[in-house]
Amino acid sequence: MESNWTNPWLFALYSIIKPIAATLILVVMYMIIWSSVLAAPEIFSYMFIGNTFFMYVAQVLFGIVMVIHEDREHYQTLKQVYIAPMSFYVYIIGRAVPKIIITTIAAVITLAFGVLVLGLPIELGEVKWLLLALAMMVGLLCICSIGIALAGVSLLTARHSMGINEGIAGMFYLFCGVVFPITFLPPWGQAVGLVMPITYWLEVVRRAILPTDMQWDSGLQSYATGDIFLMLLGTSLLFLVLSIAIFRYADHIARKKGKLDMSTTY
Amino acid sequence: MISLTLNYRAMMGRAYPRMVGVLREPSWILFDILLPLLGMGAFIYYYRAMGAPEVYTGFVVLGGAMTAFWLNVLWSMASQFYWEKETGNLQLYLLAPMSRMAVLAGMALGGMFLTTIRAFSTFILGFVIFDVQLETSNPWGLVAVFLITMVALYGMGMLFSSLYMLYGRGAWHITNLLQEPIYLVSGFYFPVRQLGFWVAAAGSIIPITLGLDAMRQLMFSGPEVDPFLPWQVELVILVGLAFVYLIAAKYALAYMEHLGKREGRLTLRWQ
Repeated sequence: MESNWTNPWLFALYSIIKPIAATLILVVMYMIIWSSVLAAPEIFSYMFIGNTFFMYVAQVLFGIVMVIHEDREHYQTLKQVYIAPMSFYVYIIGRAVPKIIITTIAAVITLAFGVLVLGLPIELGEVKWLLLALAMMVGLLCICSIGIALAGVSLLTARHSMGINEGIAGMFYLFCGVVFPITFLPPWGQAVGLVMPITYWLEVVRRAILPTDMQWDSGLQSYATGDIFLMLLGTSLLFLVLSIAIFRYADHIARKKGKLDMSTTY
Repeated sequence: MISLTLNYRAMMGRAYPRMVGVLREPSWILFDILLPLLGMGAFIYYYRAMGAPEVYTGFVVLGGAMTAFWLNVLWSMASQFYWEKETGNLQLYLLAPMSRMAVLAGMALGGMFLTTIRAFSTFILGFVIFDVQLETSNPWGLVAVFLITMVALYGMGMLFSSLYMLYGRGAWHITNLLQEPIYLVSGFYFPVRQLGFWVAAAGSIIPITLGLDAMRQLMFSGPEVDPFLPWQVELVILVGLAFVYLIAAKYALAYMEHLGKREGRLTLRWQ
């Protein structure tokens, strides 16, 4: 369904160009200041890894919100799916899986580009694969749960779904140490970042992928990797509970107000 | 026979909802001003974390504010006729006894008005919050560059609108695709010259590339501005682009309408 609007090759190109362009903006900004990856490899690595894996946040959140929008407005099948004898949560996550797969391909290509063309200091033999796999599992579940909350909100809104999605993604982008350590934020901003599971997820991913001497001081360096992973689990569980609560409340309001099959022609 | 009065009324009628929408639907204050500050802030702190000179903060604020215009051209100009086709209004536009260009001009006028308010608000907020230092050497030159950039940019939007008229659902995806890559090649957040002369020259097809470069020269000073061309030369090129895009939009609109009638795609929905 993700690619049913074009042929597979054009879809592949579309899926890769957008995230790579976003990464290249940051690469160019870095090159203007530092001229070379070797000049500040820890800064470059921090930014590149963070931005690459943030693709999951942006694309999966966007994809899940679009599930509601597409099913309600374009295909007009939301009510049929809703009353089908299956879990609506599972349906939403199922629709998010292709987005995860496509984003993984884009992320791998971006990382390969970083290593082969830009000299990103990643050694495949030094990557902590088990830690990375665990972090990805927990991180993706967390992102999907946030997406479910946004999907719930989308049940109630006509044309603000995209704005809300972009706002939430923008909030994560600013406060979660995606391209710069949260220590550069004002104290209140750091406090916001420390509550977000994405902050810990990106920290664990960086520790799994990058050599120790390539780690930029993220403000979490004093914590052991195990502690960071526990913080990731704890904040993810918190967000999971919040997300389900938000979705169930939004679902209740949508059914109460008859918004499940509304058509806004948007 | 061309009825100027009728076309003027059509233009103002099409612009009216977008102008009045500023007052009637206040949610744009959150979604189009406050939320974009988050992404803008991320880029600013990224530059600061790298130890960049403070003038780059100004580049990001300017570029971040100007993204509103590019997004408006993409979503409210280029995709408009596609959406009108999807909602069944396109045939009504074509049946009405007015120039199609009047409709496009109204869309451009309304969009420009609405987006200028949003972009200006974002710029002022970014200017205050992030303590941007301006050194405006030629305020009238800045106004001229801005206005000509808008005419050229919305002329391009009118051309896109014509081309999108016959698109299927891929139109939405193509529009979505033209965001980040354009931010990159147009130098929204850095001097476009840093991409190399030929990439900057290719990016200059998008009027906002030269517009941003000229505005940076007129609002900031120092070697970091790194102009692609002198702003006076860029202004002349922008005037040329404005003519080219407006004329191309007129002919593209007529051609696409003829093509749509011949292939029966003007009323084709949900494709």
